[in-house]
Formats: sequence, structure tokens, C-alpha cells
Amino acid sequence: MKNAFTAQSESVPMQQVETIQNPIPHSRWPIAFSWTQLLLWGMGILVALALLLPTFYLLMRAFGAGAAAWENLFQLRTFATLLRTLGLALAVTVLSALIAVPLAWLTVRTDVPLRRLWATLTPLPLVIPSYVGAYLLASALGPRGMLQGVLENAFGIERLPSLYGFPGALITLTLLSYPYLLLSVRATLLRTDPALEEASRSLGRTPWVTFWRVTMPLLRPALGSGGLLVALYTLRDFGAVALMRYDTFTRVIYVQYQSFDRAQAALPALILIGVTLIFVTLEGRIQQRARYFQGASGAQRPPTVVTLGLWRWPAFCYCFGVVACSLLLPTLMLFYWLFRGLLAGEVAPALGVATWNAVLASALAALVTVFAAIPVGLLVVRQPSKLTYLLERLTYSAYALPGIVIALALVFLGANHAPWFYQTLPLLILAYLILFIPQAVGTVRSSLLQIHPSLEEAAHSLGKGSARVFWSITLPLLRPGLLAGAGMVFLTAMKELPATLLLAPIGFKTLATAVWSSVSEAYFAAAAAPALLIVLMSSLPMMMQILREQNHEQDRRTV
Amino acid sequence: MSKIAVQCEQISKLFSRTPAVRNVNLAVIQGEILALLGPSGCGKTTTMRLIAGFERPDHGQITVGDRPVAGPQLFVPPEQRQVGMVFQNYALFPHMSVAANIAYGLGRSVDRKARVGAMLELVGLAELGRRMPHELSGGQQQRVALARALAPQPQVLLLDEPFSGLDAGLRDQVRGEVARILRESGATVIVVTHNQDEALFLGDRVAVMNAGVVEQVAAPEELYLTPASRFVAEFMGAAFFVAGVAQPHGLETELGFWPQPVALAAGTQLEAAARPDDLTLFADPQGTAYITNTTYRGGSYLYDVRLPSGNLVRCEEPHTRYYAPGTAVRVELNPGHALAYFAKMERPLALPQ
Repeated sequence: MKNAFTAQSESVPMQQVETIQNPIPHSRWPIAFSWTQLLLWGMGILVALALLLPTFYLLMRAFGAGAAAWENLFQLRTFATLLRTLGLALAVTVLSALIAVPLAWLTVRTDVPLRRLWATLTPLPLVIPSYVGAYLLASALGPRGMLQGVLENAFGIERLPSLYGFPGALITLTLLSYPYLLLSVRATLLRTDPALEEASRSLGRTPWVTFWRVTMPLLRPALGSGGLLVALYTLRDFGAVALMRYDTFTRVIYVQYQSFDRAQAALPALILIGVTLIFVTLEGRIQQRARYFQGASGAQRPPTVVTLGLWRWPAFCYCFGVVACSLLLPTLMLFYWLFRGLLAGEVAPALGVATWNAVLASALAALVTVFAAIPVGLLVVRQPSKLTYLLERLTYSAYALPGIVIALALVFLGANHAPWFYQTLPLLILAYLILFIPQAVGTVRSSLLQIHPSLEEAAHSLGKGSARVFWSITLPLLRPGLLAGAGMVFLTAMKELPATLLLAPIGFKTLATAVWSSVSEAYFAAAAAPALLIVLMSSLPMMMQILREQNHEQDRRTV
Repeated sequence: MSKIAVQCEQISKLFSRTPAVRNVNLAVIQGEILALLGPSGCGKTTTMRLIAGFERPDHGQITVGDRPVAGPQLFVPPEQRQVGMVFQNYALFPHMSVAANIAYGLGRSVDRKARVGAMLELVGLAELGRRMPHELSGGQQQRVALARALAPQPQVLLLDEPFSGLDAGLRDQVRGEVARILRESGATVIVVTHNQDEALFLGDRVAVMNAGVVEQVAAPEELYLTPASRFVAEFMGAAFFVAGVAQPHGLETELGFWPQPVALAAGTQLEAAARPDDLTLFADPQGTAYITNTTYRGGSYLYDVRLPSGNLVRCEEPHTRYYAPGTAVRVELNPGHALAYFAKMERPLALPQ
């Protein structure tokens, strides 16, 4: 780089700069200076700064916070919050595993009736945002809820055992996040070479022993990475714990944000970042280690199917039960409240405005995020070096940032240093950008990897400069990936709650905040319409995925 | 009389109504290595999986040792059959060390440590017991799979395409090593393969399968010299067919008369299977055949010769005798042994590739 700059200052024409013998090793500085490079790196650095902003600002605040704040931090209360947070994550993970492993095995390896239907339906709870799930659970089993209403009419029961707190959070989060485990265990079961189990049988082991000594150990990496995803989901979740009033870090942060002494929220936020970072790192490690497990046994044959016999019916009931609790009942509840609301004329009149706001904010977020992801993707894929690797890790680590933490950091920043920026739409968009850039970079990166560099090189050799090549070759080929990425960001932003709650301009109500405020005040019927809209929106990509898979399968059959 | 280790009687297996195996009879004698040879899709793997107990026959009966393991109203699960198996991709348990893989099938009554040690010794991997499978080369993985299957001393050992996962350079070396291990262990073995060389190299006897049917079971030499069917003759080597007519004391072919016992009625149209080394060429300007192609093979020349009938034959001659393509030649049938012959089929003759 230094050479390139000195060459520049001696006003050597640009074209020649690239041919100058560069003594610096190629792998570190592969690219000579050019305006497109400057632009690319400039944008990359801006994105990096945006990603680092919340954490650094929180760190500054934390060190700036007085001794009182630090004393507060080391109180029993903080420790209890940490225990509650980790305890909830652990409980949700274990319970999810107990649900997911039998479900995965039944839908991959047995002849359970309606197997394909269960395989299609069981991952679907992922599309229900946690605050919608919590709302539906509370509206069914909570005080003033449906069950209590029924029991009161029938038996005069006025109180139910309290759902709020740990049990409510546990049930909600488990029913919504077990699909992470299910999907990873299913994928491994589908990939595992049937010859391994056959080898065990031919060595004299019964199916039962084979399951515990061969099948289960091979699932360990899948359980590890799926379990960590579930745990991460729980750690970052705000909606379920807030509505169920269980004091994990995200809720504590929110409560402190609402109190007089907002600065105190910085410290728990930092602890939360630390914990989630550990989990994200662990997850990455397990993914890497899992590779050789698969490498050792490439499956050529599809999994063998176990005949259940009479056990088919208990197995069927199990699959039905899980789908009923996690999907069917929530949907029924949603429609129940919707119709009750319609009958009572309670459907929020502001629904149109909330939808428009949500669409506006989400569309802007999609646009900005994908725009920011392009330079990062280009740098990471086309100019691999230590520096770009660092940039990639940085975007990936943004997965560890819970929405509430980003929101809090931006609230501090805006309120204290940029009042003109605080409570404006651009600040909300910035929060969305930080939250969703990992997935946008992911899609850009994978579509760039599919465009062979020789296409760009061919255009260069035909005399086109970098900018022309990008416009005429790279961008058109990249378009499907960009659209997919934008779609994903749009739909995720649509259901985002904590950042929207903290950062939306005053009076700017979206679908998510509409659900939130209705449920907080126990207007269950008023929450139904926006919640339904959100669920429909967020199930779009899943539906398209399922349709595509079915088309694929049909294609394969006709071939 | 030698004892039968595995007996298949009239076994059939249908996959969605298309038969994969049809009325197969097979007897494996204790201590022998039987090669089950055939092109892909011929049913050899299914036959092996039926013996192992991974598939259930639709008809017929299978006996392992003295014990019927499959038959009408009878199905013994694989773990109770004492049938060892070496899988095509070895199927080593990736989460267990080499020693743990080998010990996996051993019962409690066995001195596991000693037995694992002995097996490692047998396959020449005494130092590698603590390694994980993914740290081994392909050849080593295969020997571990062999040791694991042999450790519980099965009644019979099944090997599924044992060398297909190895690259060509390694294959010859590994093949010799596997043959040594199998002989040394004294096990009864069924090797499934699609490769003739492997079958002839490993098998005491070879069973040739085609389209779900066993066409011939015989010692390698017998298979080569007296193939029981046209398919076996073609599959076992670069044979071609010469049209002819049966005579009381020999075969009258378009390449001349060859005296040998004939079991067909005189006058029956037939095809005799011959190989390039069964023919002799003579340069002869009056010859009615001519050379269409010459292939140099180092030690010899391989000539494609077109006969007056239009049929192509192949002929191998020492490298000292060179004929340019187009040379007119006379071809003589001079096999030095009785030729295999088959009653004439409808399809036109073609040189097998």
C-alpha cells in the first residue's frame, strides 16, 4: 500500500502503478491503489465502524459510569440475573432437545403415518416471533385468558396457577426455538451413512444398543450446534421474557432503560454481549469440528426406514401433539382473538398506519443493509486477506448483539451526542442495519462465490475498467442474491421488536409495537390483527423454500 | 465331504415388483473364498445383503452354518447371524478409535484387549490402535474394517466391493495384503465385485451373476475355458464369437474345422467363443480376410480382422510379426483346447468392446 501511495504522489499514471514491482508479499496487499478500491474500502470501513459502534459506546459508558454503577454490577442482583439468563437458556435447550431428537428420528427414519406432513410442519414455529408466541400463550393460559374464562364460566374458578415468570418463558421459547435443533439433527440423520448402523448390527449389536452407541454419538455435533442456536435465541430474546415478566438480562436492561438511571443499563448490556459472544464462538467451533465427522462417512444411500408396527400410533400422536402445541393451537388462538375482536369492533383502527410504517421502515432497512453488504461481500470474496477476514468475522460477530443492546447503545448515543438524530427514522434504520447485516452479507457472499472470477477477468481483458465490470457483469449476476437478501432483511425487520420499541420516532407505531402495546395492556383481541399480519409476512420465505423443495423433488421424480 | 458354511436355496428378492435376485442357489464351503462377480445391478449386492440379514428374501431359504436364518416365517436379525461384513466405504465408526472399532463386536467373555491386539497384529496395524479413523489412509481404513469384522470370528465374512474405494496405484498392493489376511485368518469369505481380475485373484471359486441369476459357479480356470453361457464367456474376457455348424466330431466354422466333442445335433447353427490367442494369422495375398486395425501392445500386436462374411475377429500375434492395416490375410483356428459353443442367437455378431 505504501508503495502504491508513493507511486501516486510521484504522479505515475494509474495504469502503471499496478505493474510496478511490488516487494510486499502478494497475499497481504494484493491490490494497488485505485478509486474503486478506495470506495470499496471506504464503505467497508464505514460498515465496520457501524458494527463496532454499539459495543464501543457501551464500553465507554461503562468506564465512564461512576463507582456506584460498578458497585451495583457486583451485587447479588446481577449475579442472580446471570443465573436466571443462563438457567433459562439451559432449560430451553434441554427441553428442545427432548422434543426435537425423537421428532427428527421419527420423521427421518421411521414409517410414522403422515411422515412427510410432519417433516414439513415441524420447522414452521420458527416464523412466529417470540412476543407473538408469548402473547398467544398468555392469552390462552394467563389471567383473563381463554382457559381461565372457560373455567370461570363452568366452575367459577377465578385464578389459575401463575404462568408468568419462568414457566411461561420456558414454554414459549421452547415451542418456538426447538426447530433449530430439529433441523440440525434431521440434516445429520439424513446424511449419516446407513452402513454404520448395519456394521453395528452385523457385529452382533441389537437395534437398541446400536442407537445408543452409534447413532446418538454421531448426532453429537448436530446437538451441539443446534443446541447453541437455541441457547443463543433464548439469550437474545426480548419479547417472550419481557411479556412473561422473567428477569433475564434483556428484560433487566429494558426495565433499567425505562427507569431514571439509564446509564446503569450499560453494564448488564455488556455482560450480555460477552455471554452471547462466547456462545457464537462456540457454535462456530462446533460447526468446524463437525466437518470431519461428516467427512468420515459420506452417505450414498438414503436412510433406512424402521418399521414401527403398533408403535406407529403413539409415534403419530407424539408428532401430532408437538405440531398441535407449537403451531395449531397458536394459530387457532390467533383467529379466536381476531374474530372476538372483530365482533367487539376492537380491531385497532390504526392498523393501516402501523402496516404502512412497518413496510416503510423495513423496506428502507432492506435497501440500506443490502447496499452496505455489497462492498463487504466484494472485499471478503474477491480480495481475501487477513484484513478482509477480520471484516468478515466482525460482521459475523454482530450475530451476538441482541437487539435490545444495540437499541440501548443508540439511545445513549443519540440522546447525549446527537439529539438531532435521536428518535428519527434514520437512527432506527441504522439499528436495523447493524442487526441484519450478518444475514445480508451471508447471501451476498454466497452469490458472489457462485460468480466465477474468470467472468470479471474476461470483461477486464476486453478493456473494461473495474467500475464498468461491476455494473455490467457482477451486479446483474448478483441481482438474484441481492433480492433474496433484501427480502430476508425486509421480513426480519418487519417483526423486530426491541430496537423498534426503543428507537422509533414518537408516535411511529409499527405492527410489532402495536402487538406489544396491546398485549402489555392485556388487550388480547386488539393484538390479533397485527400479529396475524406479522406471522403471514414472516412465513413467506419459509413457504417459498418449501415450494421450491417440492418442485425439486418433482423434477427429480420426472427425470 | 467339506462342510457348507452358507447355503442359499432358491432365494428371490423383489424391489417394487422388479426382481433383483431370482431363484439363486449358492453354497459356500467352509474356509473357501467365493467371489460373487457380475456387472453393476446384477443382484450381487442384494444377494450379499440377504445373507447378512439387511434384506428379507421374498422366497427361498438361507442357512448360515447349521442354522436356518431366513425362510418362510423365519427371519433372524443381522446381529444374531454371526455374519461379518466389510462395507464398501468401510463404515468405520468415526467417533471411536481404531481399537474401539475393532473391540465393538466382541462379547464380554472375550479377552478384548488381547483379541484387539491380535487383530491389529494380523492386519499389520499394531501401532495404530489409538488413532481415529479419519487419521488413517484408505488402505489402512480398509484393514481396520477387515479386523473389526474378523474379530468376533464370524461364520462367514462378506466383503462388498472391497477395492473400489482405492485408487488404482494402491489397489494391487492392498489386494495382495487383503488376500494374505483372509488366507491367514482361515475365514469363509464371500467377496462381491464387478471386477474380473479381482474375482480371479481372490476367489477359490467364482459365481457369475447376471440380471438377478447365477449363471455359473466354478473355479477360475473352468470359468475361463468352459463358460456356461454366452454372457459368462463375454464377461470373463475379450471373447468374440465365430459362427459355425455342429458336426458329429467337431465344429465347422467360417475359420475352418476344429475337432472336439460336440453335444448338439449335427447341423445345428452355433457360435463358438474364441479369444485373440486362439487364432493364427498368415499373410496371404490370396487370403479373403484383411486387417482393418493394428494395435501395438508392447509384447504383441492385436489385429482386428474382417472376415469375408463381414464379421470382425481379433487376433493376437507376437510383436515380431507386423502386418499393416489393409494386408490380406488367412486366419486359422488353432486354440489348442475345446472351444465353448452356444446354439445360435438371433442378434447379429459384433465384436465385444
